[in-house]
Amino acid sequence: MNKSVFLGALTVAGVAAGAAAAGTLDDVKARGKLNCGVTTGLVGFAAPNANGEWEGFDVAVCRAVAAAVLGDSTAVEFVPTTGKTRFTALASGEIDMLARNTTWTFSRDVDLKFEFTGVNYYDGQGFMVPKELGVSSAKELDGATVCIQTGTTTELNLADFFRSNNISYEPVPIETNAEAQQQYLAGACDVYTTDASGLAATRATFDDPAGHVLLPEIISKEPLGPLVRHGDNEWGDVVRWTLNALITAEELGVTSANLAEMSAGTNNPEINRLLGTEGTLGEMLGLSADWAKNAIAAGGNYGEVFAKNIGEDTPIGLARGLNAQWTEGGLLYSPPFR
Amino acid sequence: MSDKTSDSIAFVAKGTIPPSPPPASQAGVVKWLRDNLFSSVPNGILTLVALTVIYLVLQKTLPWLYNGVWTTTSLNACREVLDGKVGACFSVLTERWHQLLYGFKYPAEFYWRPNLALVLLLVAVAPVLFFDLPRKMLIFTGLYPFIAFWLIWGGTIMAPIIALLGFVVGGAVFQIYGRGSFAAGFFGGIAAALIIWALGGMLIPEGASENAMLQAVPSRDLGGFMLNLMLGVTCVSLSLPLGIALALGRQSDMPLIKWMCVIFIEFVRGVPLITLLFVASVMLAYFFPPDATVDLFLRVVIMITMFSAAYIAEVIRGGLAALPKGQYEAADSLGLDYPQAMRLIILPQALKISIPGIVNVAVGLFKDTTLVSVISMFDLVGMIRGPILASTEWNGVYWELLGFAALLFFVVCYGISQYSQWLERRLATDHR
Repeated sequence: MNKSVFLGALTVAGVAAGAAAAGTLDDVKARGKLNCGVTTGLVGFAAPNANGEWEGFDVAVCRAVAAAVLGDSTAVEFVPTTGKTRFTALASGEIDMLARNTTWTFSRDVDLKFEFTGVNYYDGQGFMVPKELGVSSAKELDGATVCIQTGTTTELNLADFFRSNNISYEPVPIETNAEAQQQYLAGACDVYTTDASGLAATRATFDDPAGHVLLPEIISKEPLGPLVRHGDNEWGDVVRWTLNALITAEELGVTSANLAEMSAGTNNPEINRLLGTEGTLGEMLGLSADWAKNAIAAGGNYGEVFAKNIGEDTPIGLARGLNAQWTEGGLLYSPPFR
Repeated sequence: MSDKTSDSIAFVAKGTIPPSPPPASQAGVVKWLRDNLFSSVPNGILTLVALTVIYLVLQKTLPWLYNGVWTTTSLNACREVLDGKVGACFSVLTERWHQLLYGFKYPAEFYWRPNLALVLLLVAVAPVLFFDLPRKMLIFTGLYPFIAFWLIWGGTIMAPIIALLGFVVGGAVFQIYGRGSFAAGFFGGIAAALIIWALGGMLIPEGASENAMLQAVPSRDLGGFMLNLMLGVTCVSLSLPLGIALALGRQSDMPLIKWMCVIFIEFVRGVPLITLLFVASVMLAYFFPPDATVDLFLRVVIMITMFSAAYIAEVIRGGLAALPKGQYEAADSLGLDYPQAMRLIILPQALKISIPGIVNVAVGLFKDTTLVSVISMFDLVGMIRGPILASTEWNGVYWELLGFAALLFFVVCYGISQYSQWLERRLATDHR
């Protein structure tokens, strides 16, 4: 270990960055902590609170995985990453998984050699306009000035949308969401466009949120989900099925409130298999039999996590929309636990 | 009629006439106003325009400051209290001040440790900055880096002690052998220090940090303005000697040394700091073996130090070039060897000339430490842009937070600049 005290003296906590290739599950178990990459801060998805504890929708995924693997939802080392550092942090082994509202795209999956383990939020690009503009559809936006973040996919999506609808617009390029907020409120542009969840979060911070409307059109697909490195399928399975366990739990009506009661055994075999009272699903994953129970206990099922962090009762106030269960017209559809 | 003059003249002044007050236009406030504000028509117009601008600014900002809310727990609560009035939500500062100053992960019960380190820093730099103070205080200055390291990072006390021991032994070796030959002393000293560090590293028992007197705090948990100050102080103090060495190396007659210095300076000056920071945070991870990572804080310190050393080297080279050739020849004619000539004659004069430039680099460097926020280190700006603005309670508060950051930086940078002006007056660098 101590190669030289000079480094030791100046670095103290040179955190060993875990062997990159295979065996992440064993590494995490040996370390006793999950290194989970999150954003440096995005309202509702990941941010430390006043006490320095991380909270949010993406954070809940990290906590669920930690609970499933280690039985302790607090055994997580949150590694904040920026849009530029996130992929190298994952590729270099500094983090075990990345849950950072990252869009699942072909090139990230194939070319950057990552594996998306599912989708925890279906997002899409939307539009926000002041109410007094009297616009009810994005197709009425002919000739509008649009605030748009440069260098993002939203810029390209916007151009495509306006061209395919044969209407014109004038872009107002801006750098960050904060700047966009100021520009939009100052009236520098009629419309602000970015991911719908971001629009809702932004609108929630306005003095007068009711004075602004989100238009119904969603013009792009932005499936956000956790990802791991290519080539470690055991670990990828753990993350994938932990997320699926949260989704399935909501579908089957398992909540953090009735979890203890349900895990004593029910007459629904799928719930029993999920919670480990029947079958050996945990063992197949290399985890304990009650892995899914721990994951659900960490923050509740998918619906509870959603409601607590970004749902309609929070200041962000996102409706379930596409993120409802498939039984309720949404896209959440977990493969069966069998 | 009388012959007396006094009779023929109606009135004779008995004494000198008391001076009458100057005309109203030439005295007091009016004169000052006329001289300074309304001395001509264009100046008068400019004054009126300036007053209008000041009025407009104050009209907006004073109610904002005056109505400021200090006690709520979220932006929405704050807006309810304000109830439509214009006012600042300073409650974000009262609720999150500890995160702004120390980052969000430094354990609250240990805040006294960086605080103490800051107080000791003032003590340690005092003899360096004010040379009227007793020279014995420099001993404490030499010990300070090790004390501060131990206070802020905690962990086993053996690490800083062995690091200090290495420096002491290296210095001693240099003193003994350096008399004969500079090179022997220099490389001997470095070798001795490395041996001490390697031996000491083996002596520290595994896990000594776990039950140390001061609980260890990993670098990743540092943040806030504390991180800016630490980076600023460390990098400025490291880059000054490095910059001097580079400047001297660039003037050297030995081609190898000269070209190494030239290439280093020109390369580092030609690359943006943010690129170096990305290299530090992202690229270096690929070069090291997976289990031998160097701490991110150390990597950033190395990069910023390299960057500012290159600039300081150029500033000092300017100082060296400003000295008349006679000074170099005078040193030679006295029979001084190169280190003596530099230490006793050249550098004192060259550094004196370079003070404004060095301070300029130092102030710029201190502000540049906020760039580390782009490599996801939570310095003051990183804390504001990331965690605080991303919390559901405080999303949307900009002016209060960034104004607070500006205030902190202004206080420090203005202090540095005032010190340098005092130093220049004290040293009278213009030779008048």
